[in-house]
Amino acid sequence: MSTNPFHAPPPPGDSAMLAQPPDHKSQWVRFNTVRRYLVNHLITGLAVLSTVLVIVPLVAILIYLIYMGASSLNLDFFTKIPAPVGEPGGGMANAMLGSGVVLALASLIGVPVGIAAGVYLAEFGRGKLLAGAIRFTADVLNGVPSIVMGISIYALIVKPQQHFSAFAGGVALAVMMVPTIARTTEEMLATVPHAIREAALGLGVPKWRTVLSVSLKTASPGIITGCMLAFARVAGETAPLLFTAFGNQFWSFKLTEPIAALPLQIYVYAVSPYDEWHRLAWAGSLVLIVMIMVAVTLVRVYASRGVLKGAS
Amino acid sequence: MGGMLLCGLSIFGIVVFILTILTVNSKLSLTQFGLHFFVHSGWDPVSGDFGALPFIAGTLETSLLALAMAVPLALGVAIFLSELCPAKLRAPISFVTELLAAIPSVVYGLWAVFVLVPLMRDTLGPLLYKYLGWTHLFEGYNFGVGILTASIILAIMILPIISSITRDIMLAVPTSQREAVLALGATRWEMIRTGVLRNARIGIVGAVILGLGRALGETMAVTMVIGNHPDIAKSLFAPGYTLASVIANEFSEATGDMYLSALIEIGLALFLVTVVVNAIARALVWAVTRGTPARAS
Repeated sequence: MSTNPFHAPPPPGDSAMLAQPPDHKSQWVRFNTVRRYLVNHLITGLAVLSTVLVIVPLVAILIYLIYMGASSLNLDFFTKIPAPVGEPGGGMANAMLGSGVVLALASLIGVPVGIAAGVYLAEFGRGKLLAGAIRFTADVLNGVPSIVMGISIYALIVKPQQHFSAFAGGVALAVMMVPTIARTTEEMLATVPHAIREAALGLGVPKWRTVLSVSLKTASPGIITGCMLAFARVAGETAPLLFTAFGNQFWSFKLTEPIAALPLQIYVYAVSPYDEWHRLAWAGSLVLIVMIMVAVTLVRVYASRGVLKGAS
Repeated sequence: MGGMLLCGLSIFGIVVFILTILTVNSKLSLTQFGLHFFVHSGWDPVSGDFGALPFIAGTLETSLLALAMAVPLALGVAIFLSELCPAKLRAPISFVTELLAAIPSVVYGLWAVFVLVPLMRDTLGPLLYKYLGWTHLFEGYNFGVGILTASIILAIMILPIISSITRDIMLAVPTSQREAVLALGATRWEMIRTGVLRNARIGIVGAVILGLGRALGETMAVTMVIGNHPDIAKSLFAPGYTLASVIANEFSEATGDMYLSALIEIGLALFLVTVVVNAIARALVWAVTRGTPARAS
């Protein structure tokens, strides 16, 4: 039995076992080997089973969402505003425009601040305690529920002004974008090889110029896709908009008025009792899912290409 | 440089801003009820009686149930992806998990309202009552919406997050550890247990706590299926309420300063709890991955 590669010493508590005649011992070893093999296969099977149990329903949900969305999508969805209750037809054109307005405002504030914070973390703050603290806070902030952002911005902007507004919605989403973009920017900049930076610095290029024309330029595809991912994520956020942008059944372009947004509309329609509205909610979900899919795919493509290869 | 530092500091600014503005705006209820607010179970806006206990109970119940369902499965998936999976399968599966982690909460809610709720009402609920009725956990009328449905949708939503972070942590364990254990004659499971899981356990605990943080603050999907009823029920079929869903549901129709103030105080509590939970989780995950950001978080 000693030729068995899986021979294991008996556990320390079984020292009496060693004193037994050799045939007892080899029997114990044989039993133990079988047991270890069985446990190994059992656990492997369980791991495979749980993966199947998870992946299959999740993919089924995804396919179901896409199917329901695709079968309820039509041209009206993109060109018309919601029909009055009970009437067929109508679309979510105003909600998509509204989402566009709110998201444009959010990106205008959130993207520059986020990228600048990321550049600080990656280029100037390496190894500093302050940068570590900022990084940690950003990660913690990423986990704060979005509804908390919603009521904070409500208290800051909506309450003093006495009315809901697209502006407040944009600010709420911008606040959510900053920590995410800061972290992805930092992650992408960290993949730029040090040798390139040193080459620039060695030529006498000042530090700020190196950061701008070498580090940022090299990492720019990754940073842009990181921003797209942040954009796609906040595009689906409902909770921060509930008490800021509030929603609107009609066209609205003004920043100072309540504005419709796609996720808000999906929420309202999903919990409504009308079939026609449910159909619109499915179609709206598909639009959000497609956005997410495109963003996630692009991030993966860029994260595994060129200079960025092999990192993270 | 200065500007960039300022932008970096703005992240601290956001935390300070949320803390101050929520405290200032919930002053009315903070002074009126004090800490009693969190152990009192009445919620009657008409008579001005406010207590957050039903929401705390609902939040804990749904989050812990969701973790109980999601963690074993997520661990299995992470073990499969990092240790057993053929290289060809790894990329598509992690792509799908990343995708699912990014799908908006309201879309999961929509799915739950039209698929999970009827399933719960007509199939799953009666089955649970028939076979597990003796536990007295599945009693009362089964509406389809309720604590259990909310927990299931939460479990579905936190599964991709927990499993992808756990996978990242397990992949961060050096290959030499695995080789060393294998060289001693261990089977594959023994290698995973002693070589990988033991080294990664702190990070795995962190990933689970991170999932808990997500579950505690999840708003839209839960609001859509939990039934929104401020009572502490013994049955898992009963409708409930969570901290986040009471804000989402009642904030815009809150009349009166005290009502609004009480809801903002709930928001403040939610903020503080999630910050603490996330800080602990991040610290644990960082201890293993050394600060490289986890994907799909």
